[in-house]
Amino acid sequence: MADAHNSPAAASRRIDEATNTETVGHEWDGIEELNTPLPRWWLWTFYATIVFAIGYCVAYPAWPMISGATEGVLGWSSRGQLQNELDAQQAARARTVAALADMPIEQLPDHPELMRAAIAGGSAAFKVNCVQCHGAGAAGSKGYPNLNDDDWLWGGDLKTIETTLIHGIRQPGDDATRQSMMPNFGADGLLTAEQIGQVADYVLTLSGKARASASSQQGAQVFADNCAVCHGAAGKGSRQFGAPNLSDAIWLDGGRREDIVAQLTRPHHGVMPAWGNRLDPVTIKMLAAYVHSLGGGEDFAETPAPPDTQPTEAE
Amino acid sequence: MNKPDQIKTQDRPASLYAKREPVFNRRIDGKFRRLKWAIMVICLAIYWGTPWLRWDRGPYAPDQAVLVDLAHRRFYMFGIEIWPHEFYFVAGLLIMAGIGLFLVTSAVGRAWCGYACPQTVWTDLFQHVDRFFDGDRNARFRLYKAPWGPAKIARRLAKWTVYLAISFATGGAWIFYFADAPTLQYAFWTGTADPVAYATVAVLTATTFVLGGFMREQVCVYMCPWPRIQTAMLDEKSLIVTYKDWRGEPRGSVKKAGKNPDRFGDCIDCNQCVAVCPTGIDIREGPQIGCITCALCIDACDRVMGETGRPRGLIDYATLEDAEREKAGQPPTRHFKLIWRPRTILYFAVWAGIGLSLLFLLGTRVHTDLTVAKDRNPPYILLSDGSVRNAYTLRLRNMQGRPRKMEISIEGLPGAKIWSDDVGMAEAGTALTRIVPADETQSLRAYLVVPAGTPAQEFTFHLQALGEAREQDSAEAQFDAPGEQ
Repeated sequence: MADAHNSPAAASRRIDEATNTETVGHEWDGIEELNTPLPRWWLWTFYATIVFAIGYCVAYPAWPMISGATEGVLGWSSRGQLQNELDAQQAARARTVAALADMPIEQLPDHPELMRAAIAGGSAAFKVNCVQCHGAGAAGSKGYPNLNDDDWLWGGDLKTIETTLIHGIRQPGDDATRQSMMPNFGADGLLTAEQIGQVADYVLTLSGKARASASSQQGAQVFADNCAVCHGAAGKGSRQFGAPNLSDAIWLDGGRREDIVAQLTRPHHGVMPAWGNRLDPVTIKMLAAYVHSLGGGEDFAETPAPPDTQPTEAE
Repeated sequence: MNKPDQIKTQDRPASLYAKREPVFNRRIDGKFRRLKWAIMVICLAIYWGTPWLRWDRGPYAPDQAVLVDLAHRRFYMFGIEIWPHEFYFVAGLLIMAGIGLFLVTSAVGRAWCGYACPQTVWTDLFQHVDRFFDGDRNARFRLYKAPWGPAKIARRLAKWTVYLAISFATGGAWIFYFADAPTLQYAFWTGTADPVAYATVAVLTATTFVLGGFMREQVCVYMCPWPRIQTAMLDEKSLIVTYKDWRGEPRGSVKKAGKNPDRFGDCIDCNQCVAVCPTGIDIREGPQIGCITCALCIDACDRVMGETGRPRGLIDYATLEDAEREKAGQPPTRHFKLIWRPRTILYFAVWAGIGLSLLFLLGTRVHTDLTVAKDRNPPYILLSDGSVRNAYTLRLRNMQGRPRKMEISIEGLPGAKIWSDDVGMAEAGTALTRIVPADETQSLRAYLVVPAGTPAQEFTFHLQALGEAREQDSAEAQFDAPGEQ
């Protein structure tokens, strides 16, 4: 008997009576499997997938080679696709960017749509350029101003913020930079240690953090002679000079007595880059809008003329 | 090893692939065919008609009765409007549909397959087209066998054109469920509709053309999981189309049976049951996956039985249990008992329970909602006068089809004042009033400020809808403040 299928399974193949179909010959506890033929259309579908696969390999990157993959005749690449999507984003933003470029920042509040776009763009730019010092929530830290509050060293309306951004703080190469230099009263021997202690006691009374004492009363005279020229007679500061308000609750470099003494002895002078040299004007506008939107932004004064001459409280 | 059927097997060349056996089902009229007609007309009318029904929802919402508005994430169904966060209504409906199928299957077998399944309805429709162009069973068979010539090509092209037209109408109707039908119709024909609409129509036209025009019963036999599930769900009390072999066998023609009435059963072997079958099976081989229980063979057999003077019902809807009873000469179970039994009652109870729960939820849902997200970075802001500010993002949800005035107030935070980007700190008050547009959620950034010295604490935002429906909602929130230094 020349049996090509000389295996136990082949041997026990039989025709199933109920379906008239051949079995595959295996049996598991009395359960047998029918060898039902596949429908032919299924075969054609299979061939179609093979054709598709060949076409795909020709059209797209497919075969791994030594230093890369075959490129595919369509020239598609994931990086190319990313670039296209980025370009499309850029193009979609182009109108907004152009509108922002043409608009003086004073007029921005009159265009709520543009304002929203600017704030969104500013939020993104802030995360790249500003969070390193001011923090992700723009809340700053000791020595780095909190941008959410209502206390502004140089002013908190849109135009002023923009100006501060463009020219930076204490930037040597920029004539219009925000420049304020409190003298090293202690380190340079302008005041004695005792006088510094007295003035610190006096400053603490300005914001109600300490009660008047003999020391603070002597400090008042020292303050009037040395400090009032910038900080004002009542210690309310001056935005013209970037002199902080000493009578409020906000202390950039700390509000404890030793902080104030340290600041009097050798003041900390924070710096910020002149972003006008680094960022494009639209990004700066957007950053200004974002910072202004954080909850402490100020309206323009009645005459939105030069913002640098904003009325200062006490001088 | 030497059993005869094994030798036979090895002699046969094994064929791995089987060509489809074409089905040329004969026209038949009868009780079940008419039922099938009626259900087909209803199903097609529902499918094609529904998007064109209008439903007035006022000026702020679409007036299409059934609309799945994906762009605005709303689902409209007559008086019901579902928002994405209420998707459990849709999930509930799907579960009801599933359990409904279980219920129908355990009560009346594969009635879904036989009458209402879109594959069945459209296959039926296409088979009528076949009959219209090529004639009835024998004519279609002859044409199938005939060599390709001009006449056959012309006929085939005409028929396929009609296939394509039906497929296009089918695919085309689908998109109207997802946008305002008249507007989309106009846009579609003027070439200004979204490319997605054209792509959808193209894909559905192609699938209808292929599945309805050519695949037909193969979808049921090879592709569809439902026959498998149903096979597992059917029990001895489920109605299935049954050939009563105890009555029909042995088969014999009228002539033979006339000569020798005692030797033959009622089946005259006329093959009418096979001829009318839309899936091309022989019901006399017993229940099988290809049988969609459309009951056309019952119609065919009943007619033959009538013509030959035999009682109807040689092929009939019967349960396996009844088949045994009938074999034993007992009367069949009463109909209501087939349907009214623990299994169906349980399915029905679950089905109805879900339905009633959904209705209850629909009736009691509130159309106003407030959610609060607190700014966490920074948690609080010290202001120059020593007061403390916290910022929150409030989302006011107005689920009614008209703009509504809503008031946000603060409870449990003494001395708190609230303002917003558009109000300004100078006008801060104890409450904010907003007009929330119809059927929208409005996001609002709110600032709260409390006097110096207020400790961190929990409090409540309260939302009150002003106007006739005075709905309200509230949300707990945390107010952070600097701790003691």
